[in-house]
Amino acid sequence: MNKTWNNKAWFLVLPVLLLVAFSAAIPLMTVVNYSVQDTFGNNEFFWAGTDWFDEILHSPRFWEALQRNLLFSFIILALEIPLGIFIALNMPKKGLGVPVCLVLMALPLLIPWNVVGTIWQVFGRVDIGLLGRVLASLGFDYNYVRDPIDAWITVIVMDVWHWTSLVVLLCYAGLVSIPDAYYQAAKIDGASRWSVFRYIQLPKMNRVLLIAVLLRFMDSFMIYTEPFVVTGGGPGNSTTFLSIDLVKMAIGQFDLGPAAAMSIVYFLIILLMSWIFYTVMTSSDADS
Amino acid sequence: MDQEHQFKPAGRFSWLVSTIYIVFLLLPIYWLVNMSFKENGEITGTFSLFPQNPTLRNYAVIFNDPSWYNGYINSIIYVGLNTIISVAAALPAAYAFSRYRFLGDKHLFFWLLTNRMAPPAVFALPFFQLYSAFGLIDTHIAVALAHCLFNVPLAVWILEGFMSGVPKEIDETAYIDGYSFPRFFVKIFMPLIASGVGVAAFFCFMFSWVELLLARTLTTTAAKPISAIMTRTVSAAGMDWGVLAAAGVLTIVPGALVIYFVRNYIAKGFALGRV
Repeated sequence: MNKTWNNKAWFLVLPVLLLVAFSAAIPLMTVVNYSVQDTFGNNEFFWAGTDWFDEILHSPRFWEALQRNLLFSFIILALEIPLGIFIALNMPKKGLGVPVCLVLMALPLLIPWNVVGTIWQVFGRVDIGLLGRVLASLGFDYNYVRDPIDAWITVIVMDVWHWTSLVVLLCYAGLVSIPDAYYQAAKIDGASRWSVFRYIQLPKMNRVLLIAVLLRFMDSFMIYTEPFVVTGGGPGNSTTFLSIDLVKMAIGQFDLGPAAAMSIVYFLIILLMSWIFYTVMTSSDADS
Repeated sequence: MDQEHQFKPAGRFSWLVSTIYIVFLLLPIYWLVNMSFKENGEITGTFSLFPQNPTLRNYAVIFNDPSWYNGYINSIIYVGLNTIISVAAALPAAYAFSRYRFLGDKHLFFWLLTNRMAPPAVFALPFFQLYSAFGLIDTHIAVALAHCLFNVPLAVWILEGFMSGVPKEIDETAYIDGYSFPRFFVKIFMPLIASGVGVAAFFCFMFSWVELLLARTLTTTAAKPISAIMTRTVSAAGMDWGVLAAAGVLTIVPGALVIYFVRNYIAKGFALGRV
């Protein structure tokens, strides 16, 4: 759509601008402030330059949390994207099954995140949880409180449970936009199921898949509540992701300087990712 | 032609995949519901797939204790406030983005997106200090405003997606017919994008409802959300699993109720209005 150039449109954007300035820009400036200053309380601040950034970028604690978070995001994408595509391909396309599937599959997306944590905490407990009890009776030594591997598996399965539906819904939306004629043509040509997927369905899902990948990456990269409720970042530090570490540092230990510096680094990574997201989205907007 | 077949290239057993997936989704929820109808003794003492002595005691605890049910009221209040603020502010902005080009529009649109992607953990402490300075701590409006951080950008993106689907000729015709901008917007444009407004409101509701970190940081007692009150079940007398489960079940209900109305638009909302 060709748009008219009109700078008065700024007035329409003004409310949003003020609102977001209050809820994003001002708080962010506080963070920037803390990241370059030191304080001993009493509202006295001393210029600290880039000390905190040095400290964060050289602290193994930050790099370990970052590595854990990247690994987590990678595993999440590797599991949820293929699984989401597979389920979307097998969803009913007609009849009563459609609304039933859509509503039931969307259900986990609307559960408060700490309740998601609670559900899995309870579900996985060896003493009272269905999963924990069943695994124990099958002879598995499963205990997410004690064993780091079990904790990771629990957190990952929980995330798959929580968010795969997002990928399914997006892919499904892409699939239903494919006109019947495409399938009929493929049938006449005698195309195999694989080539129908590869040359008709996958290209049509391209755009939504992109959105799914990027959203899942972002959200898994800033995950906080769910693993915090289930494992509290433990055992040890094995499930301490960036956000958990940040909150621990800022609110638990009140190390404002390092926490602020870490926030900035964290935010810059997110900013870079958002920019990639935006560029890809707007260029595919232009294509369509 | 064989309609059924061409729609289901994946084959005869495709229903099985959806079924298994839905069972996987519902099993943990079922376990929570199951627990919410049990006595604590039964939860910790025995192992059963159904409550042996179904009881409503856990729900009674919640509905008879103001400190419990006020949590739900608090959550509903700030979620409602946030939804109204976000959608109201986003409507004109989305219109501007979908219809006009103006100085810095692309940068602004991008900047909004970065806020949707910003980790709440980064904002927890500065929010606390900012709202302390304004005396807003422990008020519903504080949480509502804080959630605008990610909901306003989301609402703008979703609404912009829906608005761009409305042909520009409609605007032009209305202006020629002598409609003023506000009158056109309310009388003609709003009904055309009604479903978009509904979807945007639903997503604001949803993301405000599921968020805990900011809501918990900004409240102490008077505006404490239900999800933060749930941590109370850990006491000296041990864990009150039954009440925890009942409280959890009650937080799932509002989402489950509204989801039916937006089932066909959920994907569009998650795609930020771009499917």
